[in-house]
Amino acid sequence: MQVQSYFSQLDSLEGELATLNLGPTHPATHGIFQNVLKMDGERIVSAEPTIGYIHRAFEKLAEHRPYGQITPITDRLNYCSSPINNMGWHMTVEKLAKIELPKRAEYMRVIIMELARIADHLVCNSVIGVDTGALTGFTYVFQEREKIYEMFEEVCGTRLTTNIGRIGGMERDFSPAFHHKLRTFLKTFPAIFEEFNNLLERNRIFMDRCIGAGPISAERAMAYGFTGPNLRATGVDYDVRVMNPYSSYQDFEFDIPVGSGQGDTYDRFMVRQEEIRQSLRIINQAYNNLPEGPYHADVPDFYLPEKPDVYTKMEALIYHFKIVMGETPVPAGEVYHSVEGGNGELGFYLISDGGRQPYRLHFRRPCFIYYQAYPEMIKGAMLSDAILAMSSMNVIAGELDA
Amino acid sequence: MHFNNETVLARIEQQKPGLLLGSETGYDGVLNVETSREQAHELLQFLRDDNELNFHFLTTLCGMHYPDHSGKELGVVYHLHNWPENRRIRVKAWFSVEDPHIATITDLWPTANWMERQEYDFFGIIFNGHPKLTRILNVEDLDVFPMRKEYRLEDGTRTDKDDRFFGRDGHEGRSFD
Repeated sequence: MQVQSYFSQLDSLEGELATLNLGPTHPATHGIFQNVLKMDGERIVSAEPTIGYIHRAFEKLAEHRPYGQITPITDRLNYCSSPINNMGWHMTVEKLAKIELPKRAEYMRVIIMELARIADHLVCNSVIGVDTGALTGFTYVFQEREKIYEMFEEVCGTRLTTNIGRIGGMERDFSPAFHHKLRTFLKTFPAIFEEFNNLLERNRIFMDRCIGAGPISAERAMAYGFTGPNLRATGVDYDVRVMNPYSSYQDFEFDIPVGSGQGDTYDRFMVRQEEIRQSLRIINQAYNNLPEGPYHADVPDFYLPEKPDVYTKMEALIYHFKIVMGETPVPAGEVYHSVEGGNGELGFYLISDGGRQPYRLHFRRPCFIYYQAYPEMIKGAMLSDAILAMSSMNVIAGELDA
Repeated sequence: MHFNNETVLARIEQQKPGLLLGSETGYDGVLNVETSREQAHELLQFLRDDNELNFHFLTTLCGMHYPDHSGKELGVVYHLHNWPENRRIRVKAWFSVEDPHIATITDLWPTANWMERQEYDFFGIIFNGHPKLTRILNVEDLDVFPMRKEYRLEDGTRTDKDDRFFGRDGHEGRSFD
């Protein structure tokens, strides 16, 4: 009631509102976002986001790259969980070319993707802590995130922008060092994670700051196209991994956590915390049941041959040349494939005319879609709550701006 | 209702005859329907509100440009999703590049707001009735719609990357820059 009468007075206060530029660069927004806020004291009356500061024309670029060379572009969408983007793209091309993967490759992908999800959620949740004034948890879990990146390094040689895997499988089998690191991680991480959890989950200050900050109802969230943890925080259990299982997700048992229905910062935090535990469950199942067999499909048109073969076998040299020069034949057709990214349904709508590059490639970027709701979520809130709402939505500039 | 592409199609034909210009099952098994730009809004509203079809979630929408399709150069593809039945449908509407207008669907789904702005930014598609149709990712004073096919990725006067040096003309007349 109070809030309502407050807003009914706003018209008469119009001349007294202060305009505040939050961003484009601001230490509290973790990326290049600009919001022009109309402030009444410490309260936000309206917000006008401006985006596109790091727009890199990915959709145009993708129309001029052979299929294998589009993977590095997808790295730079949600760069907190690049492997999920990479593999989502690979699966899209595999769907187009009707490539079936051996089970081992699919399980390996699941392990990598869930590790990426853990890293993504760790960043988001620990940053919520930072924004509420608790830096300790952030420094704890960044050590663990570092271990995940070391594992990526063992698999693909890079850390942040991974370019991991290939169309048709993984580029190489897990190395002994990777096995060692993963086993150590699975043994030590749960306890460290619970320690981090104990720092925040029932922390009175943290709860007081997060509960009720940046709420959204399930109806509004769906109308705004929310997916992923932000939607589940509102109480809707939509998860692409369950709805349209890809890469053998149907083989694993895991729960989809949902929030209390209020859809506030605390709900989003709790959903991500539980998803980390569920990701660990999936990794354990996938790793303990990792099937024997090849780690990539037998698709010489897409999968680069072994380097020694390129130097010694004519056929391998020809395939190598054709793949690198983008002369691989692909069928004409249109496919939509989506994966559960760190932030929600990451979709790839690919139109192929049979040419060497996509005729059109559209990315469904969850950040771009749900960030629209931000002004509505912070209307009437305090400025400090707006910072929390943004970090708990996990808005990643790379995915927002493409 | 047993949900498959045929029953969805039959339901649309039965309830809203004349809205569809064509339909096919897409390469990935998703039902593709085509409609005119004048009727796109009505069809999408019906798909969303019909109790049996219940395509309640707008997954994404995107523009397309086919310079060779005379009179139908530009198009918009809407991806809808029915979560309870886990069914998708793609709705396409085509129009000419000289008259790139189509009705907005921001009144049906607020999420269409930025999606439509993005396609305006990329292709110059004007969504009639949109609350604020301005560029969203590119700079405001850009005077081209960069996703249209006539705009090359790089400077068109460059010759060092000419495909002819590699003994080919590019795929179907398009060069590979």
